[in-house]
Amino acid sequence: MTDTRVVTTLSLLGLLVLWVVAAALTADPQILPSPVSLIGPFWQELRSGQLLYHLSQTLIRVIWAFALAMILGLALGLAMGRSERLNRWLDPWLVVFLNLPALVLIVLCYLWIGLNETAAIVAVTLNKVPNVTTVIREGARATDPDLDAMAQVYRMSLLARLRHVTLPQLAPFIAGAARSGVAVIWKIVLVVEFLGRSSGIGFKIHMFFQLFDVAMVLVYALSFIAVMLVVEWAILQPWERRVRRWRTA
Amino acid sequence: MGDPATVGAARAALADGMIRVNVRSKRFGGTEVLGPVAFEIADGETVAILGPSGIGKSTLLRIVAGIDTDFEGRVERPERMAIVFQEPTLLPWRTALANLTLIHPELPEADARRMLDRVGIAERADAFPTQMSLGQQRRLALARAFAGQPELLIMDEPFVSLDPATADTMLGLTEDLIAEARPATLFVTHARSEAERLATRVLELGGRPARLLPAPSDPKGGSS
Repeated sequence: MTDTRVVTTLSLLGLLVLWVVAAALTADPQILPSPVSLIGPFWQELRSGQLLYHLSQTLIRVIWAFALAMILGLALGLAMGRSERLNRWLDPWLVVFLNLPALVLIVLCYLWIGLNETAAIVAVTLNKVPNVTTVIREGARATDPDLDAMAQVYRMSLLARLRHVTLPQLAPFIAGAARSGVAVIWKIVLVVEFLGRSSGIGFKIHMFFQLFDVAMVLVYALSFIAVMLVVEWAILQPWERRVRRWRTA
Repeated sequence: MGDPATVGAARAALADGMIRVNVRSKRFGGTEVLGPVAFEIADGETVAILGPSGIGKSTLLRIVAGIDTDFEGRVERPERMAIVFQEPTLLPWRTALANLTLIHPELPEADARRMLDRVGIAERADAFPTQMSLGQQRRLALARAFAGQPELLIMDEPFVSLDPATADTMLGLTEDLIAEARPATLFVTHARSEAERLATRVLELGGRPARLLPAPSDPKGGSS
């Protein structure tokens, strides 16, 4: 455990050193500013409240899209994994949506729904639902039929079955879908903001891109990466450990 | 499928507590596995179904338990049922105690602990099934079956994968538990000794499609 932490820290430090060296070699802060020169602009954006405002806007969109994609994907994946008939009907749709480029869905949502918050969140959700569905469907197919039979004979309530029999079996799949989900969703949220929102990290990156301000692009991008890493370490990983407790006990 | 009133129909047992099984036919694809099989189980009676492996004993049990509803015929079964599979079939992500209280939500925790004590695993209440030996897992499966005070207990070769000594201990424990709770019991086995030790009545399944063979033996003279 401590060994892997040391390696992680050293590895990240190595990336930082690479950046410093590359910045020194480029010798052009317009193209690649050094990490140290970002501290000033970062502090300025933090104090003005701009950074926190746009971070929170993006984070709210991520949470909405994540929650909707997970709930829809879980329901759909469970239904398709359990019913071969439903699966035969819905599988072609799934393949179509899996192969639809994120950009196409985003543009269509903006065109059909309008340049608003609903369109933004719907676009991100629709991009993620097919992946979650595919992962959960695999899990639902692998559930133990004997446990279902047991739950049926002992007349467990539907809610109890879902909570204590089905979901624990799906937990590794849910955790996998959630982790890859967060990673993909926040990236798509930035694109959605870039294309059609007037707040959020993606919007700011769009703005500074037009101003050719590499330093500010990096400030906003890195701040959000930091937030997502905290989510991963503080929420997702501990939760995954908790649901896996019985395996390692 | 046929008449929906008779296909896999289940009805609460009548006031006499009699369990009536009347299977006319059960097919897997084009193959008929079970022919006409009809029998009754009285309250407190233990019926063993004996037959070689692969004959359709487990299929018959699954029909009686209501797990398999795709057959021609009719089964009258009570509300409160319990089942013991060949494998313990526990919830590995819940503790031993939770395996009783989640499946029987009406069971007070003290009673659940008493049940664990009865099958000899009181000290493992907070262990996960994965931490328990196979013997302990089977005891837990038995505790789960009897904790709900079932009117009908169904057992599918419950001692099949145990070594002879453990199988004998488990058989003894099951015998005691049945004697205490006196549920109507249906169990399948391919070991005649098991059937004759536990059952008040032995039915033999044979042939293809399987049906009940004549001349049922009556090891305990129908009394007990």
